[in-house]
Amino acid sequence: MSLMNPSAPALKEKTTKAEIKRQSVLLIIAALYVVYGIIFYYLPLVGWLMAFQTYTLKGGIFGSEWVGLKWFKFLFTDDTFVRIIRNTLAMGVINLVATTVTAIGFAILLSEVKNIWGKKLVQTISYLPHFLSWIVVTSIVHEAFSTEGMINELLVNLHILKTPISFFSHTQYFWPIVAISNVWKETGWNAIIYLATITSIDPSLYEAAAMDGAGRWQKIKHITFPGLRSTIIILLIMNIGNVINAGFEVQYLLGNGLLQSVSQTIDIYVLKYGVGKMNYSLGTAAGVFKTFVSMTLIFLFNFIAKKTGDERLF
Amino acid sequence: MIGKSEKKKSMMNGWDWAFVICNTTFLVLFCIVTLYPILNTLAVSFNDGLDAVKGGIHLIPRKFSLRAYDAVIHKQGLQQGAIVTVARTVIGTLLALVANALLAFVVSRRRFLFRSSLSFFWVVTMYASGGMIPGLILMKNLHLTNTFLVYIIPGLVSAFNVLVLRTYMESLPDSYEESAQLDGAGYMRIFVSIISPLCKPVYATVALFVAVGHWNSWFDAMLYNRNRTELTTLQYELQKYLNSVMQTQGNTSSSGKTSSSSQVTPVTVRAAASIVTMLPIIMLYPFLQRYFVTGLTIGGVKE
Repeated sequence: MSLMNPSAPALKEKTTKAEIKRQSVLLIIAALYVVYGIIFYYLPLVGWLMAFQTYTLKGGIFGSEWVGLKWFKFLFTDDTFVRIIRNTLAMGVINLVATTVTAIGFAILLSEVKNIWGKKLVQTISYLPHFLSWIVVTSIVHEAFSTEGMINELLVNLHILKTPISFFSHTQYFWPIVAISNVWKETGWNAIIYLATITSIDPSLYEAAAMDGAGRWQKIKHITFPGLRSTIIILLIMNIGNVINAGFEVQYLLGNGLLQSVSQTIDIYVLKYGVGKMNYSLGTAAGVFKTFVSMTLIFLFNFIAKKTGDERLF
Repeated sequence: MIGKSEKKKSMMNGWDWAFVICNTTFLVLFCIVTLYPILNTLAVSFNDGLDAVKGGIHLIPRKFSLRAYDAVIHKQGLQQGAIVTVARTVIGTLLALVANALLAFVVSRRRFLFRSSLSFFWVVTMYASGGMIPGLILMKNLHLTNTFLVYIIPGLVSAFNVLVLRTYMESLPDSYEESAQLDGAGYMRIFVSIISPLCKPVYATVALFVAVGHWNSWFDAMLYNRNRTELTTLQYELQKYLNSVMQTQGNTSSSGKTSSSSQVTPVTVRAAASIVTMLPIIMLYPFLQRYFVTGLTIGGVKE
């Protein structure tokens, strides 16, 4: 049996020709995947060089003129782009906080349900919207927030509003609507992982707490929350990098001319100027900046988690 | 049985009851908020067009009509989009499943020499991506733009799905592989006849992730294939349609604008088109939903 164990030292010394021959199929397959990965994932990274050039399709990466930081300077002196960074980060943070808080809250409330059948039913319903496309979801959101839509109808019937509001012609409603759309679509789905973590908490902890006379709220506060802590931190680190990626589709599909000043994000900018106006270098520069910010955020939060002694990603 | 539940009930005090009632009310409300917009869209889609413009339709159509569906089905673009979408979903899902499973099989072999370096190579792709424009240039240079293959090839291998599959494969006992090797089976044989049958549940999960992704995608159609109308996808057609409706609504007031037939309005056609595109997902959902959860908890918590 020990012969089959790859970590046995005797075998490790013999990882030579015989082993390579034995694994030749695996090695060939692995090589194919490396070639594929280089072409479709690593080669586009070389494309970042375009951000430092005035790229033309004819010249390619090796024949285009080098311009240094010209495009980055252009971006950061452009008021539009600075506002776009603000929009991207603001919506990213609002969405991250809103979806995390609602997912954790929903998972805790659902975990308190003792009826297994009811619990399953609610959970199944809860993540249905995750599988609908953003096209369909934004279409529903448009309908719901229109002047004849259900939100206005509800608010007027509850006497919160006297007359319906045209939500999509006032800039102050756009960020909340984007957050609500994200919460509606993703709460149930994001809760799955928290719910699985709560289920994995040792039940004897709750029993012991009950013996000591702990109430429901005390059990949630002293057992459920600490049990969720490491999952929350890991997911936050994983998602913090997306704060600057968050939202291309929603904003693109929900935005309109009146809302441009609050709805445009970096990706929309890349699409508009980079792809639409064929200014590939400008678009790439904006994309490189985005990746830089997201990497910085991931490393920063990972570092903080390390310092505070919490679970971390790497 | 009855005695037990009575004993449990007697242990609950007033606050517990209040909590249970509040919690149940909240969760019921949550379900209503989740389902109502979908059911409302369904009701509007079956309503008469002009009547629907007045608003006020809730869960049941006021004036029943199938005109909106008739208009959707006869829309040229949507028909073509449906064909392309079905094709990419079927072909793309099958190929992606094989591609992801094979890579997961390789990196989950304990004896494999480059096991950790190959894993690292793929994990990097989850965090560093070239971005929209380098991707577009690459597709142009590879002559993949304006082809059907651009829907299939670039997203064939995804590191996330490989991680999910690898975690599952690693949890299988080594003895299966060992005994097969003693019987003289090669790696491909082990992959096809021993590991794969054991991985059916996780294969289902990954296949569903990929299939939903294909079904709902529209951005690649817009970015790479916008000049080839025969390569359009269902969601992209829906997006274009919704966009044109919004434009016309911007020009005229939202009510009153009707297209060729007087019983069809953008409100009902939009609802009908939304229902048609989400129909397969909604219909398969009750049967397949358990696989989604399995996959996410395997890939997420155990990782």
